[in-house]
Amino acid sequence: MRDTPARRVLFQIGAVVLALLVTTVVLIAAKAPPLAAFVNIVQGAFGSWDVTSNVLVAWVPLLLVTSGLLLTFTVGLWNIGIEGQIILGGIFATWALRVYGSSGMSPTLVLILAFVAGMAGGSLWAMLAGALKTFGGVNEIFGGLGLNFVATALNIWLIFGPWKRPGVASMSGTLPFDQRLWMPTVTPQSMLSVPTVIIAVAAIVIVYLMIQGTYFGLRLKAVGKNAKAAYILGIPTWQHMMASFALCGLFAGVAGAVQVTAVYHRLIPSISSGYGYLGLMVAMLINYKAAFAAPVALFFAALNVGSIQLPIVLRLDSSLAGVLQGTLVLFVLLGQGLRQRVLKKSQVAS
Amino acid sequence: MLVELRDINKTFGKVRANAAISLKIPPASIQGILGENGAGKSTLMKILSGFYTPDSGEILLDGKAVQIHSPADAIRHGIGMLHQDPLDFPPMRLLDDFILGREGGLFPNHRKAAREFRELAGQFGFALDPEAYVDSLTVGERQQLEILRLLWLGARILIFDEPTTGISLPQKEKLFATLKKLAAEGMTVLFVSHKLEDVEFLCTEAAVLRQGELVGGAEPPFDTQRLVEMMFGKEVPLAPKKTARPGGKVLSVKSVSIEGVRLQIRGVDLNVRAGEVIGLAGMEGSGQSLFLGACAGLTQPVGGSFCLDEDERDMTGRSHLDFKKRGVAYLPAARLEQGLVPGLTLTEHFVLSEGLGGFFIDRKKAEALARERISLFNIKGTPESVVEALSGGNQQRALLALMRRQLSLILVEHPTRGLDIESTIYIWSKLKERCDQGTAIVFISSDLDEILQYSDRVLVFFAGQVSPPLRAESLSVERLGALIGGKLWENLPKEAANA
Amino acid sequence: MTENEVLRSLAGVLAAAGPVIFGVTGETISERAGIINLSMNGTILLSAMGGFAVSLSTHSLVLGFLAGAGIGALVATVVAFSSITLKQSQVAVGFVLALLCRDLSYFLGNPIMGQMGPRVSLLPIPGLERLPLLGPLLFTQDPMTYLSFILIFLAWFFIFRTRPGLMLRGIGEKPAAAYVRGANVGRLRYFYAALGGAVAGLAGPIYSLSVKAGWKGTISGLDGIGWIVLAITIFGGWSPFRAALGAYLFAFLQWFGLVLQPSLPGVPSQVLQVAPFPLMILTLLLVNIGQADWVERTLARMPESVRRDLSKVLRAMNVTPPAALGTPFEKD
Repeated sequence: MRDTPARRVLFQIGAVVLALLVTTVVLIAAKAPPLAAFVNIVQGAFGSWDVTSNVLVAWVPLLLVTSGLLLTFTVGLWNIGIEGQIILGGIFATWALRVYGSSGMSPTLVLILAFVAGMAGGSLWAMLAGALKTFGGVNEIFGGLGLNFVATALNIWLIFGPWKRPGVASMSGTLPFDQRLWMPTVTPQSMLSVPTVIIAVAAIVIVYLMIQGTYFGLRLKAVGKNAKAAYILGIPTWQHMMASFALCGLFAGVAGAVQVTAVYHRLIPSISSGYGYLGLMVAMLINYKAAFAAPVALFFAALNVGSIQLPIVLRLDSSLAGVLQGTLVLFVLLGQGLRQRVLKKSQVAS
Repeated sequence: MLVELRDINKTFGKVRANAAISLKIPPASIQGILGENGAGKSTLMKILSGFYTPDSGEILLDGKAVQIHSPADAIRHGIGMLHQDPLDFPPMRLLDDFILGREGGLFPNHRKAAREFRELAGQFGFALDPEAYVDSLTVGERQQLEILRLLWLGARILIFDEPTTGISLPQKEKLFATLKKLAAEGMTVLFVSHKLEDVEFLCTEAAVLRQGELVGGAEPPFDTQRLVEMMFGKEVPLAPKKTARPGGKVLSVKSVSIEGVRLQIRGVDLNVRAGEVIGLAGMEGSGQSLFLGACAGLTQPVGGSFCLDEDERDMTGRSHLDFKKRGVAYLPAARLEQGLVPGLTLTEHFVLSEGLGGFFIDRKKAEALARERISLFNIKGTPESVVEALSGGNQQRALLALMRRQLSLILVEHPTRGLDIESTIYIWSKLKERCDQGTAIVFISSDLDEILQYSDRVLVFFAGQVSPPLRAESLSVERLGALIGGKLWENLPKEAANA
Repeated sequence: MTENEVLRSLAGVLAAAGPVIFGVTGETISERAGIINLSMNGTILLSAMGGFAVSLSTHSLVLGFLAGAGIGALVATVVAFSSITLKQSQVAVGFVLALLCRDLSYFLGNPIMGQMGPRVSLLPIPGLERLPLLGPLLFTQDPMTYLSFILIFLAWFFIFRTRPGLMLRGIGEKPAAAYVRGANVGRLRYFYAALGGAVAGLAGPIYSLSVKAGWKGTISGLDGIGWIVLAITIFGGWSPFRAALGAYLFAFLQWFGLVLQPSLPGVPSQVLQVAPFPLMILTLLLVNIGQADWVERTLARMPESVRRDLSKVLRAMNVTPPAALGTPFEKD
């Protein structure tokens, strides 16, 4: 059996089918009607303009994060610290809004500053994980995890401490910012802000161009595929790893800034909302190829938003979205291994 | 036990490691297995010890055919092997390493094992403490541990794969005494080595392998010349060589000492001049790779210095990237693992090594560059070919094509290993072109003909010892073969060639 | 606080560390064989929910615990399968499973959220419970906490004093050497991954049937414990005693944070609860620094005597994982 694109697609379709099957089994085990659940998710995502716009709202930070992660994956790193980088982005953006919000500068300028601050925050946090790895030999998985928890703690301390609401500190976050400091949304009630969508799309395009079309991207690829050979070819490896951390953190920081300025208009304890880990899954699913990032991220965002209604309509927990997403990635990974094994066996036989 | 290998065949991919090998080894003997790198010695022994299964052929013990499909089967039949790289457990204590693998009850009887360990060790005069840790042992001591372990498991046939690599002289003498004692007790000992002196001293019989085939045997008293001839092949009349006119200083190696994992190189001096070709000869693992890597800045010496160019710029301790900037190129032997990036195309490789300016890749320029290099180096591939799809010869051409235009020094490991004649001649013609332009070349090769054909001067490596630079004209295949095997080193200092 | 209160709090710390001990011991076994089970966070949640669910419907605590162990073994087998047979990355599959199992636990556990289920009760050991100090501390616990004490010794004894334990260390350290000694490396790795998963899988039910009884979904406070377990395994140097020390230290720090709470009104509780994490990073930093490239290069340039001494210090600090951890074993 030869490795043709057709066979590859076959395995991937098989993975999707298997994921749906397993999720159906899970639903049956939960004594829930599978078909109704799936239909409900679709309706919950695309049934009305309101929910569709919410899908786009979720799509923006997810796409930003995935774009950044493609850079770290290209260079061969597991940037699990991405959640913390989003949080720091949100924190820095909040700081900028607090400091400059009442300074008399034009709101547009303040918002731009907030985004720049968010980029700085995410980037710095990522470089911290990178430094731990490069100079301290700390595996980026555990360094990133630890930093995630530290970032969460920092976030909560700020919300309940120095940045708390006047009066009683609250789990619902800091005091919401004045309306003029909100990113312009489609309608006053919606959380969807067109500029942020443009930023997200720009991000994936930039990353795609960077990886495919620049010398820097090529060097990242070389380091990721064979660091030793890349070094002998003259590429400074650790500098490129740090650069990828910094850039990924930058995108994560933007995602955090988006959450603060366009979605919640304040800093909340769960500012990163799990987009970091979700982005890692999206990246794994698209096999680290930028071309499919936007549609797959949209799909995952739709699953997330679509399942919000489940508790109300079907008395099911909205984590069903996570189950679908997880089984999909799992079977794609397993399918990959299976395909390689089948290929190898047929090669030996010939 | 009488060991017989009948018609053993083993192929790995395209390489025929063992071709129809038949060999009979009597008990109470020390059978030497000689051959150069890639001759097939290790493969044959790994088949006998169950690590590999042969594609075809039989193994007979005392006339009866046996099925050996795993190391467990082998040890059950009494066959034990000491591998070249010790297969033991560094963080464990000796006693644990000793016990591991022996079948028995849930709770190993440490006291009994320790007692039996000490008894066996005493029999052979090994000074080993069962409570010490394996990684605190020297290579020779780790061997002793493994010998004891195999004997404890009831081995009657013991295979030693290059056992004298990396052990001290007193340990070697002890090992030899041990082997003679084992043979005297009726064991069948197989001694795989490239070291002629050891084989000549120790073995009751020697078999020579070359390129996967059994080419002949010998009995004591051994004729070194005959052995070398069998191992390396007859002397090929050399093509007339252009003597190089050496130019300015390119590399000055001063009293360099390097510590490797298993051997140490001490006090090497070498002056390389522009346009010169220096060959590093020796069996793999004798220190050449270590030395070459240090010349490239990939390994740090613990003593001495490396200076580049006429101005004797001290580069000791600098990274490889700094060496690159000063015009040094390094071509590793493992083409696909260390020199090229699997998954990237030829064009992408050229783009990476050229350092073209700008931010965005200029596709037209890149493709033109790739086409130019591909035609210049006659690479059978397109700009879009991924490097892992190229043949070995074309991968090597690609490595050459990746070198920058202006280079003062090319360090290449095994430039023609695994290549056919046509590729070999082509690669060398390209390298010689560079020489004519003033670049110096230092290369490693296990092929004696290649060393003699292309080098101006030769350094021979043997167990970490480095000969002074020898003029290639003063060497013949026999002499070089003997030096590689550790003989004839006594007169070298007198004839050291000067720069 | 009175002496009694302190003793009872400390006893609580020991009990709270119990599940972590199960987790860390199980992961140590798995990693000793060469398999990293990154799914730990999800496994603990899923086994907690599953154990509670089974226990709720069968009214049997034992079955609940068995279910938890079974779930742990199953998830670990998936990781092992993807690595040993399919040669995929243990990190990738483990990570996906961490998220998947977590979401599965929330989804399937939704209907039973908040319900009251069977709960493990205290089982003071008659006689011993009346010892001063040690009595209330060690002998007035529930069966699973007693089991956690025993587990430490059992694991240590198995790994370091039995024949199969010796082979376990072998396959994780140098599978080739174990192979030449007759081990079927693949089969053993499957076995120990599953065993480690089963032991770790017991951590979940200990939470849902004892320490934090019941299933409360996203506010169960269990999310994150699995990652700590993985870090403590490294801190523990793949040795049951040192790992247990890490577990107790972690539980103690968490409790200490709670105690300090009233005296630090400005600091929210969650902050103190994450104090162990920067400590963990610091530890990982210290144990790995000896292998960094720049350290090696600086060492090489030092005079021999200085180099020897520094190397010794670095090696003492160094925590070396089983050398073959995470790498599949291939013969040729």
